[in-house]
Amino acid sequence: MLSWFPENISTFGGDIDRVFGLIYYIVGFWFLLTEAVLLYFLVRYRRRQGHAPTYSRGDTWSELAWVLVPVAIVLALDLGIDMAGGPVWAHIKEQRPADGVQVIVTGKQFNWNFTYPGPDGKFDTPDDVTIENELHVPVNQNVLLTLRAKDVIHSFFIPNVRLKQDVLPGRTIRGWFNATKPGQYEIACAELCGFGHYNMRGFLIVHDSNGYQEWLNKQWPPAATADAAPPAPEHS
Amino acid sequence: MQAAAEPLHGHGHGEELSWWRKYVFSVDHKMIGKQYMSLSLFMMLIGGLTALLIRWELAWPETPVPGFGWVPEPTMFEGVVPPEFYNALITMHGTIMVFFVAMPFLLGAFGNFLIPLMVGAPDMAFPRLNMMSFWTIFTASLVLLAGFFVPGGAAAAGWTGYAPLSADPQYTGVNWGINLWLIALAMEFASFLMGGVNFMTTAINMRAPGLSLMRLPLLVWTQVTAAVLFLLSVGPLVGGAIMLLFDRTIGTSFFLPARGGDALLWQHLFWFFGHPEVYVVMLPGFGIILEIFPVFTRKPIFGYKAIVYSIIATGILSFLVWAHHMFVSGIDPRLATPFSVTTILISVPFAIMVFSMVASFRGGAISYPTPMLFAVGALGTFLIGGVTGIFLGSATVDIFLHGTYFVVAHFHYTLFPSVLFGGLAGVYFWFPKMFGRMMNETLGKIHFWITFFSFNCVFIPLFFAGVAGNMRRVYNPVQYDFLKHLAGIHQFATYAAIVLLAGQIPFIINFFWSLFAGKRATDNPWKANTLEWATSSPPPHGNFEKVPTVYRDPYEYSLPGATEDYLPQYAPTPAARGV
Amino acid sequence: MSSAGVAEHSHADSTEFTGQPLGKIGVWWFLASEIMVFGGLIGSYILSRIAAGGWAAERAHVNTTIAIINTIVLVTSSFTVVKAHAAAEADDRSKARQFMLYTVILGCMFLCFKGYEYSREIEHGLTPASGLFWSFYYTMTGLHGLHVLVGIIINFSLFIAAGGAAWPHIKHRFEYAGLYWHFVDVVWIFLFPLLYLA
Repeated sequence: MLSWFPENISTFGGDIDRVFGLIYYIVGFWFLLTEAVLLYFLVRYRRRQGHAPTYSRGDTWSELAWVLVPVAIVLALDLGIDMAGGPVWAHIKEQRPADGVQVIVTGKQFNWNFTYPGPDGKFDTPDDVTIENELHVPVNQNVLLTLRAKDVIHSFFIPNVRLKQDVLPGRTIRGWFNATKPGQYEIACAELCGFGHYNMRGFLIVHDSNGYQEWLNKQWPPAATADAAPPAPEHS
Repeated sequence: MQAAAEPLHGHGHGEELSWWRKYVFSVDHKMIGKQYMSLSLFMMLIGGLTALLIRWELAWPETPVPGFGWVPEPTMFEGVVPPEFYNALITMHGTIMVFFVAMPFLLGAFGNFLIPLMVGAPDMAFPRLNMMSFWTIFTASLVLLAGFFVPGGAAAAGWTGYAPLSADPQYTGVNWGINLWLIALAMEFASFLMGGVNFMTTAINMRAPGLSLMRLPLLVWTQVTAAVLFLLSVGPLVGGAIMLLFDRTIGTSFFLPARGGDALLWQHLFWFFGHPEVYVVMLPGFGIILEIFPVFTRKPIFGYKAIVYSIIATGILSFLVWAHHMFVSGIDPRLATPFSVTTILISVPFAIMVFSMVASFRGGAISYPTPMLFAVGALGTFLIGGVTGIFLGSATVDIFLHGTYFVVAHFHYTLFPSVLFGGLAGVYFWFPKMFGRMMNETLGKIHFWITFFSFNCVFIPLFFAGVAGNMRRVYNPVQYDFLKHLAGIHQFATYAAIVLLAGQIPFIINFFWSLFAGKRATDNPWKANTLEWATSSPPPHGNFEKVPTVYRDPYEYSLPGATEDYLPQYAPTPAARGV
Repeated sequence: MSSAGVAEHSHADSTEFTGQPLGKIGVWWFLASEIMVFGGLIGSYILSRIAAGGWAAERAHVNTTIAIINTIVLVTSSFTVVKAHAAAEADDRSKARQFMLYTVILGCMFLCFKGYEYSREIEHGLTPASGLFWSFYYTMTGLHGLHVLVGIIINFSLFIAAGGAAWPHIKHRFEYAGLYWHFVDVVWIFLFPLLYLA
């Protein structure tokens, strides 16, 4: 099953996959063991001539131990799973790197808008550029996301980054990731948002450092005159 | 071989009731239980049809579904499901299956039919309230289905109805469809509140002499716990439904940030109810198979008391886990940890119940008539649902799996075993008591194997689809490059779904044929111990000629020293029988 | 139990395991579910109000005077329903009916004052569509008012029925009606400070 994951290109994606793997093996073991024991009992204790059933009620502690001890082990393993997952969750959702490339993500019916601050590094200035459905980022750098929604709840999902966060109208949520491999990857919406929900297909384009500089130059041409008007928003 | 105790027969009223009072406006819990069963089986067919359309679209997107060319535009276009109708289909599928199949089937049918019989009562505590509860959900079903026929179509914001999508018609294009959906839900809630009051009052107060709480059949424990859970959890959603209806119609602002409201409030109100609700549906299914196991292993259930405490613990804990549906919803991330812990804890009573059930087979003398096949099938498949829940309970892993087909497969592996395998086990087991006739074994076995095999073929592949990242509620997922390779999986699942639906035909034939031509059933054809087998099949109005007395626990099978391998609760002690 | 006993078995008199009549247990469970309905609304209101910073400006427009009068009316009606129940227990048919009628009248007064209050607010342009505070105000007081109306109907039906042949079989219903009416009163005791005072 583990081989069905989309390729992981994110710094924290491997951690998520590892916790999944941990659960998979622990749970898989208990699942197979329980089904095997069940199947064995179902066959072994079929009604047969000359074999009377055993009147066991499981109401003594020694009998109940057969249930309670496995349950205690299961509980301990489950807590272990929680403890393995806790730091990963905190790393992804509670902490955020101090610096990186900034992007505002706005989900709306029915596409993703990505707003870049431009060379001045500040939002709400004339050199901001908003591009539909394309998130351009440099490889191996933190990307600091500000997540918003215009109308209803959407969910910003980049499978290859193992990133998912619902975006809410009326709220601003912060997220981040760091992509480790250049290429083009898909973005989808993971929360039903209307009849165009299925069509909210976006692209994450991870550039190597040259490619990123090229893209920046294309968006904000290093103008001979500093007060040249910024290019109109385009679908690059 | 007969139990030495005399079977207890009752006789009914002196007067004859009119056809209307006997079959339609009956206050007899047994008739009301059958009415619930009829309604839920009918709604199951409708829910199954919605599933067929959904699965067709997933396998062969934007192609016409055979046999549906007659559906007019704009609902369908010459048999093709458009995205708008797709959203209505997934919404109505979930709503119908949870609220108009699972609950009426497990609680309405079996709870109503069995609780008075199992506690030795002549009827429920409030028979007229009981009748009103059925007619309320009947009307609610009509209101819900009417949504398919109104302009704008049926509700299309998911069975979870998240706001603000659901809070303003402009976001979905659906106006009366969602209003009717809310009204239908509110009526359904009222129906089960009425029923729940009956279940609890009857089980607490109308027990036969000698029937202490720790001698109650486990089915009664699960039904009563489910009723209590429902009663105490549905309130906030009733409020929420009113708030949502008002947002849509009179301009309030509860869930609309544009007007000052909060987008997350609905989710909290919904899931505070929604999580206990899944146990409302799961526990009675367990209750049915817990009754069936001892009968066909001919030995007691293992760990009766442990199971009772686990049932209660599940109920209490179910109120503390709701935000595991909301890990990535925008709640404060620090809340994920406490909710992950409570989610882990709730797997403890489950594990106790499941392991106890497995242990119950050890040392038995097991036979496999159809009810037992379905009951064992329920246990074996529910285990998959239970263990896959552990993946989703980890907030970290849920970041990826939330909103994917992994979740869909997980909940179908908890709901289906409980509602369908458990419910069908119950039908095959109690059909003789309900209708006085036995069902056909051969057709039953065919039904079981087709259902069991095809069900697993539909849903196991969907776990893989979820791990691959396939989002839920997405019309035409294979347009995404990263999901293209799943086309074969979706088609395989759809073929299996068609087989699953077709596999219910032997059951429909069996059910109706047996009603009229099945072998006549004796009072206690399965040689079981609980009180419903003390009276005739079917029981008369009033259930028992005289109130039975309970002498012992419900699962005294193969008691050492007894002459037979079963000793009914209502049979006086062997010495008193002169053995 | 003979078949005749089955036919005429009066569920309301059954006091088997708990020593309590079925009807009383049924009413308590029903009230438990109703507490959750209002609890959900009230909880949502409290959290929303904290998040919104108190809503002092909106709350300046509520009519505390009418609310105080209504509180007195409703608490008095709880008192009269207790007297009605006590009289019913003591088999005093006319006194039970008399106090039940007072309860009905007081309930109607509550609704009249509430209606007047709504009309003044609507005149000033304060409707459910006037923002989140007013959404809560109208929904909570409206749902409560609906419950008052249902209670009035129940109480009045009991008043009528107690005048006919059904007495004394229905004596116990005075207690159940009283329990429901107290619940309606208690909900108001929560709504009043939350909406008008604090």
